[in-house]
Amino acid sequence: MDTREKDIEKLKDYKYGFTTDIENIKAPKGLNEDVIKFISNIKKEPKWMLDFRLKAYERLKHLKEPNWQKPKYPKIDYQDLYYYSAPKSMKNKPKSLDELDPKLLETYKKLGIPLQEQARLNGIAVDAVFDSVSVATTFKGELTKHGIIFCSMSEAIQKHPDLVKKYLGTVIPITDHFFATLNSAVFTDGSFVYIPEGVKCPMELSTYFRINASETGQFERTLIIADKGSYVSYLEGCTAPMRDENQLHAANVELIALDDAEIKYSTVQNWYPGDENGKGGIYNFVTKRGLCKGKNSKISWTQVETGSAITWKYPSCILKGDNSIGEFYSIAITNNHQKADTGTKMIHLGKNTKSKIISKGISAGFSDMTYRGLVDINSKAKNSSNYTQCDSLLMGNKCGAHTVPYIKNKNFDSNIAHEATTSKISEEQLHYCQQRGLNPEEAVGLIVNGFCKEVLQQLPMEFAVEAQKLVGISLEGSVG
Amino acid sequence: MSEQLQSDFDKLVKTSKFSSEEIKIKKNFLNNFIKKGFPNRKQEDWKFLDISRIIKKNISDLSFFNDYSQSNKIDPSVLVDGLEHNKIIFINGKIEKIDFNFEDQNKIEIIDETKKDISFEYENSLIDLNSVFIDKIFKILIKKNYSLKKPLIIYHLTNDKIKSTNINLRLDFELGENSCLKLIDYFINTAAKNFINIFYNFNLEKDSILKNYKIDKYRNNNLKYSFNNIEQDSNSVSETFILSAGSDYFKNEINCNLNGEYSSAFINGIFSLKENQQHEIRTTINHLVENTKSYQLIKSVLGKNSKSAYQGRIFVNSKAQKTDGYQLSKAILLDETSEFNAKPELEIYADDVKCSHGSASGSLDENSIFYLMSRGLNYQQSKELLINGFLIDVVEKITDAEIKNLITNIIGLKQ
Repeated sequence: MDTREKDIEKLKDYKYGFTTDIENIKAPKGLNEDVIKFISNIKKEPKWMLDFRLKAYERLKHLKEPNWQKPKYPKIDYQDLYYYSAPKSMKNKPKSLDELDPKLLETYKKLGIPLQEQARLNGIAVDAVFDSVSVATTFKGELTKHGIIFCSMSEAIQKHPDLVKKYLGTVIPITDHFFATLNSAVFTDGSFVYIPEGVKCPMELSTYFRINASETGQFERTLIIADKGSYVSYLEGCTAPMRDENQLHAANVELIALDDAEIKYSTVQNWYPGDENGKGGIYNFVTKRGLCKGKNSKISWTQVETGSAITWKYPSCILKGDNSIGEFYSIAITNNHQKADTGTKMIHLGKNTKSKIISKGISAGFSDMTYRGLVDINSKAKNSSNYTQCDSLLMGNKCGAHTVPYIKNKNFDSNIAHEATTSKISEEQLHYCQQRGLNPEEAVGLIVNGFCKEVLQQLPMEFAVEAQKLVGISLEGSVG
Repeated sequence: MSEQLQSDFDKLVKTSKFSSEEIKIKKNFLNNFIKKGFPNRKQEDWKFLDISRIIKKNISDLSFFNDYSQSNKIDPSVLVDGLEHNKIIFINGKIEKIDFNFEDQNKIEIIDETKKDISFEYENSLIDLNSVFIDKIFKILIKKNYSLKKPLIIYHLTNDKIKSTNINLRLDFELGENSCLKLIDYFINTAAKNFINIFYNFNLEKDSILKNYKIDKYRNNNLKYSFNNIEQDSNSVSETFILSAGSDYFKNEINCNLNGEYSSAFINGIFSLKENQQHEIRTTINHLVENTKSYQLIKSVLGKNSKSAYQGRIFVNSKAQKTDGYQLSKAILLDETSEFNAKPELEIYADDVKCSHGSASGSLDENSIFYLMSRGLNYQQSKELLINGFLIDVVEKITDAEIKNLITNIIGLKQ
């Protein structure tokens, strides 16, 4: 067995599938006003925050789950879930990493996220979210020097209420769809980022989400505000233990870019996808939306979606400011019984707005993959343009690949171009690679990486390497 | 609405000679329709053209009753000149004439199917409506190895005797092995504010060829819905061309099942719209077996306040390896009030396929206009020349030379 094969053997099973044995504080099971009050209370939230939650909950009572999506799932019993779970040691938040429960540190070490700042070489500031709470945020000192606020959502509510009050719920209002409203009612933690005027964030900011407790839903909320002329690149990664049950993850992410600001948001999503028979896995129903509020602003989404039993998300851009730019780069890979319904929405409201969508879908095994996207150019969005390309690759005839784009052009000054193709890896390509000494799996890996290159290039360097590996692993065993 | 449906239905039963059996079947359809009502934008397939609202806003007092005991006079001046053809003349909801003078009468059979069970499995309430208020249903059977010598033109006429009425037409066609039919639908409407609901059912046996051209050119303010269901056996070919320009509202829907190997479907369409018109083409091509092919090309030219929509769906079954599917939709928006919507959809379950779609929309290219103007054309002429070139592309796809000429002349394009 050469080293590559050994590597594969080691990784064949989901390597993040372990659980951490740790004492938890949980909210009582079920969804009701008391649970919401419990969450709000334990986080010592001010009254306006509790009101926000209750308002959302009030609305939630009248909402129905949407059902237009392609992957159907068994009914979720929202009363049979824990909405809050936190390690007991987090009750009184440790002042520094030294006080942090060693078990937690160990967990993150195992996941490859060194929280201790000795891993300074890495140069990435991390906010680590464990079940319902943020356990640690690194590099705080360095960031504070630049006036950057990077902390957990709960901390932001305490320390920067003005900012939170001003922006929370402006991009994803509590009157949005079912899962977004559910999140508004019960969200537990997440990251908060504020980049002041004219500051270029000196390092990559990153959040690492980990679901540990069973029968728990994870509802985090992220809010990123880039003030005038600032720049930030933000990374997000996720894993969860292997369990036979399906767990719900319904997060909300709001991005706001003011004049001349730029936000780059990258996700490597590797939640537990369930076993090869489709048992277990995470339901990843996430609402991500960015608002290019100011002139010349830019928001760019990059996602690598390899995990989750069902992925159902559409990171969107509302291009409100004149000359603003929205970008969406996506690789979605489904294998075994995974299902994905993902894509983006580009809503052009301002003049001279531009958007670009590059989506690559790969499906193998018994999986089903859908690209669903909307490009809507409003009648006031003069001189706007959009370019969309979505390609799908199929491996085997048990899987499906679908493309459902919606194109609305209400402006005669604007251009929309859309292209989509579906194909498989051709015998000629495989033959060519094998002739030159690659084995079939290596050949497929090479071709798939080439197929995804346009998107992988968009990721920050450290992530790109990881993502490339992940692409290879996700397709393991699908050849032949 | 349901009371009116009921009373119009009772009126119809009184004035016509339906058997009790027929009335029973019709009643069933009526109940289905009352339950479902007119399609509205809440249904995904009707997102871009809300028929329910259009009827409410534009034909507020739609009547469903049609007196089939009266016959209508045929005005010979509307007939197409310069092309010998067979005719079916359909006036105000009634088939007045079926004429296959140019053909061998033994090779064509016309069967009255009114009394047979005509149910058709499809989730569409308009088909229920069609079955309730229709007068007669004919099936036209073209026998094995027979190719019609001349094209068949179906004239869709209305005269000013009729207003705000629902008109239904249904024809079934069966093309025997190795047969060929060229069919032109020609719409001339002088009446206003009617809702015309047409349903064709085609069955193409082995090696047969169907060419269907729909020409809606002359401006009228009716609402039209046309639904073609096409079943194709192996090696058969269907070609559909749609000119969607005349009516205020027009939705063309085509559902094509490629059931036999090496069968192929071609759909080409032109939208040429002006003030307040709203048109849509929706296609569903189901590739169900190996080695089938489909090709679609839809082009729009949109003037002031007009809206066009194209919903195209290619479905590929897991058995249908070696499928070749292609969709292209292009639109030119001439005014800031024009709107183009597209939903080109691919649903694919087989891996060895070649499927792609493309969609582009925008305004006329200023550089091209500049180029033409620098060579002596004025602005208007340059614009017309560019649009001409844009649309002639679709007409070029018509495989029958005679009909291609006819359509080029009707649209007024220059070769």
